[in-house]
Amino acid sequence: MTHPVKATAPIYLDYQATTPCDPRVVQVMLPWFTEKFGNPHSRNHAYGWEAEEAVDMAREHIAALIGASDKEIVFTSGATESNNLAIKGVARFFKGKKNHIITCVTEHKCVLDSARHLEEEGFDVTYLPVQPNGLIDLAQLAAAITEQTVLVSIMAVNNEIGVIQPLTEIGALCRKMGVYFHTDAAQAIGKIPLDVEAMNIDLMSISGHKIYAPKGIGALYVRRKPRVRLQALIHGGGQERGMRSGTLPTPLCVGLGEACRIAMLEMTEESERLRTLQDKFLSIINKRLDDVYINGDMVQRIPGNLNISFAFVEGESLMMGIKELAVSSGSACTSASLEPSYVLRALGVEEELAHTSLRLGFGRFTTLEQVEFAANLIADKVLKLRAMSPLWEMVKEEGIDLKTIQWAGH
Amino acid sequence: MIYLDYNATAPVRPAVITAMVDALASTGNPSAVHQAGVAAKRVVEQARQALAEHVGAGKDQVIWTSGASEANSQLLQAYAGKPVFAPATEHPSVLLQPVDVQALPVDGQGVLALEALRAGLKAAEQSGLVSVMLVNNETGVIQPIREIAEIVHQAGFELHVDAVQALGKLPINMLTMGIDHLTVSFHKIGGSLGVGALISNNLTALQPLLFGGAQEQRLRAGTLNVPAIAGVGALMQELEQLQTLPDWQSLLQQALPEAVIFGVDAPRVGNVQFMAMPGVPSETQVIAMDMAGICVSAGAACASGKTKRSRVLEAMGVPEHLAGSAIRISWGWNTQESDIQACISAWQDLYYRKQQQAA
Repeated sequence: MTHPVKATAPIYLDYQATTPCDPRVVQVMLPWFTEKFGNPHSRNHAYGWEAEEAVDMAREHIAALIGASDKEIVFTSGATESNNLAIKGVARFFKGKKNHIITCVTEHKCVLDSARHLEEEGFDVTYLPVQPNGLIDLAQLAAAITEQTVLVSIMAVNNEIGVIQPLTEIGALCRKMGVYFHTDAAQAIGKIPLDVEAMNIDLMSISGHKIYAPKGIGALYVRRKPRVRLQALIHGGGQERGMRSGTLPTPLCVGLGEACRIAMLEMTEESERLRTLQDKFLSIINKRLDDVYINGDMVQRIPGNLNISFAFVEGESLMMGIKELAVSSGSACTSASLEPSYVLRALGVEEELAHTSLRLGFGRFTTLEQVEFAANLIADKVLKLRAMSPLWEMVKEEGIDLKTIQWAGH
Repeated sequence: MIYLDYNATAPVRPAVITAMVDALASTGNPSAVHQAGVAAKRVVEQARQALAEHVGAGKDQVIWTSGASEANSQLLQAYAGKPVFAPATEHPSVLLQPVDVQALPVDGQGVLALEALRAGLKAAEQSGLVSVMLVNNETGVIQPIREIAEIVHQAGFELHVDAVQALGKLPINMLTMGIDHLTVSFHKIGGSLGVGALISNNLTALQPLLFGGAQEQRLRAGTLNVPAIAGVGALMQELEQLQTLPDWQSLLQQALPEAVIFGVDAPRVGNVQFMAMPGVPSETQVIAMDMAGICVSAGAACASGKTKRSRVLEAMGVPEHLAGSAIRISWGWNTQESDIQACISAWQDLYYRKQQQAA
């Protein structure tokens, strides 16, 4: 397999922002742009029929990966749309009967923004806190559910810190309490085993471009038994059983299906490989640096993500020093802003430390050499920046605890 | 197989595919700050500029969406609670919104009845929106947008134009045509599926349909479909040197004098013919065409498997027996004259066979 990222480009370590499209996925997509370009909703000719068949095959691949049936897969333009549709769609459908939803403070922005919008529409929203390891407290969740609760939305894997929420336990609790369970699985699907039956998941958001499929495509799993009802956001021709109108982009649907098929075959092996890369990265960092903190639970996490705070280093300076690496200081959606990550703040990471954090994402095309290079480069720069830092000097050479200092206002 | 259903969707142009494959081969979230992200953003912004120029708008007025249905949903839903008017011949993504859309009559040719528009706006208690398709997806009829815009603006309303079937077929200029909001998609003329745009002179009137993330001036969250948008950039370059299609409409009309062509007396774009073979059901024609290796459509591609009577023809007052005998033939950038000739032959074969049977 050829490496899809050009050799001259910086080393790509931002797999939580987006992944390269797997060349095998691209190959499978191409005929659907050219000779098999039909509209899958055209009922009158073979171009339409073959496109519809391809879209349905893709549906089956997606469903198989999460233990669902193909009839439960609704194609969308991406996980943002899926999350909006699941949360606003279910809440609005039940408006007047139930008026409460529960989510969590470390969710993706599109979940939080959807929830805030529902508040403006008159819904009550509980934003559960997380423990210092980034996981929710199940007792708090149980306590938050009321008779008014219609939906619990908790992400499967966090996009910044890679921790895996206790899906099985959340699902069991929601089922027992008669509340729908939605999970944003954009960062989880294809990386950890997911089973909508075993986990009692009622709605699941899926993204294409986080699993080596193209951008512009995603899906929402919507349980049929017992049936989940929701109100559509996009109206028109009534495609996707009325839940999502608009012409299905056949090549993109096919791409997402193929990416899921590949993930199903390769997930176990890929996870082990990523675990090795992660271990290698950490061993280099730990050997060369102290005062380094991994954010999020060390056990309940996916292997392809590390969010690390480097104390006594200014985040922006560190980013400037590692131009050879494409990494992120937070999620892509918010990284243009200089605010510290709200996810890290929710874990209780102090603002200064949050500012020194890097999110490293490893993936299918990351090599051991790249990881070693990246770890050593980061270690070099951190050591260099600390050598120039008066704070570091105070702490290390004079043993001053910075927290005891009263800073003068100015 | 001869494909004559371009108004459903079209093969993607080679230049667009090249641009898309290039974009698929590079990684980068346009919202990320590193080099890969910046490169992706550049591709997106170039396409945005090219599209804006093509429709006489500014770059900052363009909001990328997943397609026209999303763009129409976003725009129409922003006018919930206000009076919204649209011709009865509009696409379902305008008429079937959870918004109270008042349908306006059209004449026998499918052209909006301007008097009814004036009367409707006059009776409205507050200002709102008028949504009009520039080119009808079934008949190809062009609405008199400038005249409509004048009436709409005089009444203090805003004008939304769904130009999905117009883009690349006739010049669009939001400024000179008086269009406040414009919906476009690209897959009818050789661009990619999965991308569209809402272009607006009045972004403050809009609300997000999808929340989360600061993308698209906070009006449309979600990682942008970079490859498809790269394809839009390439498509816009192609459109600059657009050659008008030969006049196959006249060819069809002359060869098939028995055909009843809908909207024939109205201004129409030159790539579609919605026509009836009197006395022969649409289904029969579609099957006969299919057996001759020609793909045509009994109407708009829609979600239900049933062949429904065209709502457009109903609004035009076409009698049921005639509407039930209609097929839509539409062509585009990769159509050859021999394709049209083959279609004419197949149509004639069926027609004369049916005539003989009846005799």
